[in-house]
Amino acid sequence: MADTTQRPKRPVYRNIHVTQLASYRLPLAGWVSILHRISGVLMFLLLPFVIWLFDVSLTSEVSYERFTSTFVAGLGPLPGGFMKLVVLSLIWAFLHHLIAGVRHLWMDMTHSVSLQQGRVSALITLGLSGLLTLVLGARLFFF
Amino acid sequence: MSKNFGTQRLVVGAHYGFTDWLAQRVTALLMAVFSVVLVAQLLFGGKLGYERWSAIFSAQWMKFLAFVTIVSMLYHTWVGMRDVWMDYVKPVGIKLTLQVFTIAWLVGCAGWAVQVLWRL
Repeated sequence: MADTTQRPKRPVYRNIHVTQLASYRLPLAGWVSILHRISGVLMFLLLPFVIWLFDVSLTSEVSYERFTSTFVAGLGPLPGGFMKLVVLSLIWAFLHHLIAGVRHLWMDMTHSVSLQQGRVSALITLGLSGLLTLVLGARLFFF
Repeated sequence: MSKNFGTQRLVVGAHYGFTDWLAQRVTALLMAVFSVVLVAQLLFGGKLGYERWSAIFSAQWMKFLAFVTIVSMLYHTWVGMRDVWMDYVKPVGIKLTLQVFTIAWLVGCAGWAVQVLWRL
């Protein structure tokens, strides 16, 4: 009977450890993927804030004033400019999550799963969400 | 009929994963439709103030669509956050706690959003 203990050790590829994150180079599609996750978690955590904005903006004209003043006078100890930054992060999260989601649907429907297609569509996703975030950010802060 | 017991039982194709996979996409599409409809109404229609903003959500068809979006958000986010906890958190107790927190967080938020919507 063959001795199985003498076999040469095969390399083992495990999930990367958290300490390796900084040195790990992700392809573009990998960046889209992890940002898809991060943007989703961000929106999940800030959900009560979004619904609070929905609440004060809709309930009455008085509360609508509260809504607009959040971005001027601020919210509690947080200044208005910071609140704008929070909303900007939500805008980015929403745009990235939406566009990365559409990319997923497109890949599912057309079987576009080659390396080249993944790279190009990842670039489009990052570019488009970044560009739209810049445009809406300019609108939010300067106009 | 496929055998559902013993050594010959079918161990693949339970469709639990497929159901959630599909549900996440369908709910995503519904939310995307709502987003496009909302943005379209915001872009066309003049100066935005309380009048116009509340009028958008007062329309019955918009309330219908917004409600569908809230429920979609609830399910979509549950599938997504459950995946996140399953991937990164190994201890069963902590994972269960986080999942319970997620459900409470999402159901509470969905209820709040519906309350705002139906008060209009």
